[in-house]
Amino acid sequence: MHEMSVVSGILESVIPVAREAGASRVCTVHLRIGDMREVVPEAMELAWEVLSEEDPLTLGCTFTVEEVRPRSRCLACGAMFPHDRFHCRCPECGSAETELMAGRELDIISIEIETPDDNDKMGTGQNPSVSAL
Amino acid sequence: MSEQTLTIESPILNRNERLAQQLRERFRASGTYVVNVLSSPGSGKTSTILATNERLRDRYRAAVIEGDIASDVDAQTMKEAGLPAVQINTGGLCHLEGNVISQAVDALDAGVGLEHIDIIFIENVGNLVCPVDFDLGENLAVMILSVPEGDDKPVKYPGIFQHAGAQLLNKVDVAPAFDFDLDAYHSVLDELNPRAPRFAVSARTGEGMDAWCAWLAEQIEAARA
Ligand SMILES: Nc1nc2c(ncn2[C@@H]2O[C@H](COP(=O)(O)OP(=O)(O)OP(=O)(O)O)[C@@H](O)[C@H]2O)c(=O)[nH]1
Ligand SMILES: [Mg+2]
Ligand SMILES: [Zn+2]
Ligand SMILES: [Zn+2]
Repeated sequence: MHEMSVVSGILESVIPVAREAGASRVCTVHLRIGDMREVVPEAMELAWEVLSEEDPLTLGCTFTVEEVRPRSRCLACGAMFPHDRFHCRCPECGSAETELMAGRELDIISIEIETPDDNDKMGTGQNPSVSAL
Repeated sequence: MSEQTLTIESPILNRNERLAQQLRERFRASGTYVVNVLSSPGSGKTSTILATNERLRDRYRAAVIEGDIASDVDAQTMKEAGLPAVQINTGGLCHLEGNVISQAVDALDAGVGLEHIDIIFIENVGNLVCPVDFDLGENLAVMILSVPEGDDKPVKYPGIFQHAGAQLLNKVDVAPAFDFDLDAYHSVLDELNPRAPRFAVSARTGEGMDAWCAWLAEQIEAARA
């Protein structure tokens, strides 16, 4: 439902990093999203299509999602256990005192960019008169 | 052309998380306890905030931040009840984010002064999905389900029930007219969120409100200690 906020958050982080690295284009953005989050990757596609077009750098850019299954640690007996969205109780001792260790990720892992090679850069290197300003 | 992979490893909602952290520090400095009130439209957020304030007003000075897609009806209701209130209109956005909360807190600070406010109730936009992912720097997220909505909501919207630090079941006064299965409700929450306390209340008749308010006052005191 809030895919617009999520996608604009992604692009807001990615664009300056890519620009800084001298990218001419961002090809792919790799994301990691935990199952306990309310973000539905399929629903991000429409927001992605619209917002990625707003900057020439991300025009035609795609994204991949690594989904993370929830995992908790029992504070009573120390057991680590995987679970689904509905069951957070410790399966070993039944304790309710558990702490979610994984499953709430909402991260940008990395980006794949294209950069112009040195020989097709044509003077985009040092420009002392600009940096002196 | 050459291709290259750059490692970023940063949260997508980085900006919101930074703002939430700043808000948290600000609330701590002014000694203000913040409650993020979540529910579907019409479950009783406004009524519950008013009923809670009535019971706690002698001990704590409260203010309200109202989040709605449009209108200032709820903020007007709060002001009529003597509560300082700031209205946020999200203009279509179905949840509140840190940036608008910062502005609302600035407004409260410029008005009554944050140091004179013991509790801020944030009435979030009626929505069972989005608000979960947006930290507002609050101390407590309270989820209100109302009897007419049915006992299956925790199964359909596990995220918000999992996220909440307290669960209110409101409108218990009308329970006889509905087939709300209390056992089913409790057994789902026993697995989904066994740690959060549950209170069956009626904002209309006041049933159960004292127990909820006593618990909330304990949380406020614990946060101050
Ligand atoms: N019978 C009964 N009605 C209630 C109770 N609490 C609230 N209501 C009624 O339910 C309706 C909605 O209550 P509100 O407090 O406005 O609900 P809300 O969640 O703030 O609604 P929105 O802000 O529009 O999402 C009103 O007509 C209230 O009078 C209750 O405990 N029992
Ligand atoms: Mg309301
Ligand atoms: Zn255990
Ligand atoms: Zn939303």
